[in-house]
Amino acid sequence: MNTPLLDVKGLRTYFYTGRGVVKAVDGVNFIIKEDEVFCLVGETGCGKSVTALSIMRLIPYPGKILDGSMLYKGKNLLKLSESEIRKIRGREIAMIFQNPMNSLNPVFTIGYQISEAPITHFNLSRQDGWKKAVELIEKVKMPDAEVRAKTFPHVLSGGMRQRSMIAMMISCEPNLLIADEPTTSVDVTIQAQLMHLLKEIKEKRRMSIMLITHNFGLVAETGDRVAVMYCGKIVEIGSVKEIFREPMHPYTQGLLRCLPIGFERKKQLDSIPGTIPNPINPPPGCRFYPRCKYTVEKCKLQEPLQIDLGKGHLVACHLCGG
Amino acid sequence: MGRILLNVEEFKKYFPVKGGLFSKPAYIRAVDGVSFQVEKGETFGVVGESGSGKTTLGMMVLKLIEPTSGKMYFDGIEITSIKGREFKKLRKRMGIVFQDPSASLNPRMTVRGTLRRPLAIHGVKRGEEVEKRILSMLEKVGLGREHLDRYPHELSGGQQQRVAIARAMILNPDLVVHDEPTSSLDVSVQSQILNLLLRLQNEFNLTYLFITHDLVTVRHVSDRIAVMYLGKIVEIAETDELFKNTMHPYTVALLSAAPIPNPEVKSVKRFIVGGEPPSPINPPQGCRFHPRCRYVTKECISQEPRLLEVEKNHYVACHRSCELDLSSYTRDLWRIMEEAIAGSERMIIKT
Repeated sequence: MNTPLLDVKGLRTYFYTGRGVVKAVDGVNFIIKEDEVFCLVGETGCGKSVTALSIMRLIPYPGKILDGSMLYKGKNLLKLSESEIRKIRGREIAMIFQNPMNSLNPVFTIGYQISEAPITHFNLSRQDGWKKAVELIEKVKMPDAEVRAKTFPHVLSGGMRQRSMIAMMISCEPNLLIADEPTTSVDVTIQAQLMHLLKEIKEKRRMSIMLITHNFGLVAETGDRVAVMYCGKIVEIGSVKEIFREPMHPYTQGLLRCLPIGFERKKQLDSIPGTIPNPINPPPGCRFYPRCKYTVEKCKLQEPLQIDLGKGHLVACHLCGG
Repeated sequence: MGRILLNVEEFKKYFPVKGGLFSKPAYIRAVDGVSFQVEKGETFGVVGESGSGKTTLGMMVLKLIEPTSGKMYFDGIEITSIKGREFKKLRKRMGIVFQDPSASLNPRMTVRGTLRRPLAIHGVKRGEEVEKRILSMLEKVGLGREHLDRYPHELSGGQQQRVAIARAMILNPDLVVHDEPTSSLDVSVQSQILNLLLRLQNEFNLTYLFITHDLVTVRHVSDRIAVMYLGKIVEIAETDELFKNTMHPYTVALLSAAPIPNPEVKSVKRFIVGGEPPSPINPPQGCRFHPRCRYVTKECISQEPRLLEVEKNHYVACHRSCELDLSSYTRDLWRIMEEAIAGSERMIIKT
């Protein structure tokens, strides 16, 4: 087994708001290997996007990365100066966001915006940058690349915007592409096209993708390994096949069982009772215990540690300990 | 066949769009000639992608938008022409639940205020009775007395949607339109809300018009499903029939685009369509799906297919529905999808 591309250890990112400290990411460990699709799933507010932003060192005020280490090819991203991290951002690690309209600049053509990164990172001239942009637009399979390069984002459809985001992000051939809910804002048929494109690019470039999603279908179809997050913590991590075949954490089991698939029609579905706890004041002990049907006394008092079940399958639950 | 509660005939809605001073006025053909019937007590699902006109359709059924043309019968009464006070009597028998509860609930009204409004408007004014009905409705949607004086921002997304459901159902309606009731919610809350909707339907014998883009959800709740594309219905069938004997190429594309939550089957036969839905201002001539369809013929480009009953209770608008056999795509997909969860029955922690 080769060394991981990215090794995140004990990452803690807190937001200091007027109402209290939001422990958005609270001690998260995982690795991303080379040439793999690593998925991060969880519900709203579980800290999956903050984890991604922490890797990019793009945490906005009042957030702060308190603790932890993130080794990218042996370099700790948290120790780098602002100018050093700028050389990695976009060049080595790139990120696609959920809503492309918020990430594209409305007053520049997409060709211009795509050419910016190669110009900055490879010292290209404007003309070469533009040529590169047109080439990239062709690569993400947008018709009439020359014409498209001269259009502004508002003219494009949602799918086309997301394609231009992908073009922008692969422009410097990064080793790691972070995709934060890349298909949530588009329709299913477009989603299928985009995922197909991402997979194709990944095969060709041998890059790793960190896919953040709440859709288990996408995880099953594209992922190699998956981590399930709940309330700022990773509760279970393992290969996609393993997690779907034998989910061990009650939360993972609950999530998989509440998909309305395979149930007799119109029958009551399984569901997880209650709602996600307030991240300012998470429950003590295991954060899932108020909603868990297997809770025992120990769950309320002691925070479960990650237990290794072999084959890289880790779970943080008191009940899975042997 | 049961009693028909809702009968929609050739509904059309064109929204004018502003052009230049001298240009011809253009229209967005949001809904362009849609007919269907809904029986009492059934759930009629409407699926389609954004821009297919499904939300406009739902709004027109409740007369929240006036149709450009077309007729609608509610319980045998022609209601497109009824206005004002007369219509108010019928309005009582219809409810609607919108997609985003944080937008559809008034942020300045407590739960009690929100639920009191429909009662007050329809003449239930006696204090005790109002209070009693509000409380019993709240209990039915899984909330309690403690939520009465809360404002929407003090509730979670799931609780807000429960209040919206309570508001839609407090007048004991016959028909409830659900416009994407679960898509803004998290997975674990989605299933709670779906369970609630099914339970309420059983209890009050409600008729649902269920609008969504999520095929997995619509399959679970619906008896019959209509698939919409660019303002037209392309296929209507009973749920199992639609999934097992899919006939319209667009339905197949939609079904096989849904990712399957089973990693063991990475290589199923897929039917991925290229391109994107065209603009509803200038929809393509002939069959509206023809620019994206791989089975296109000359006839498809020149002539618009009509929605015909190809098999019993199975309507398709496709020129080639009889010669194409597309069911192999979806039948396999569906079998795999059902197997995926059969395996998960084993998922119980060994304590």
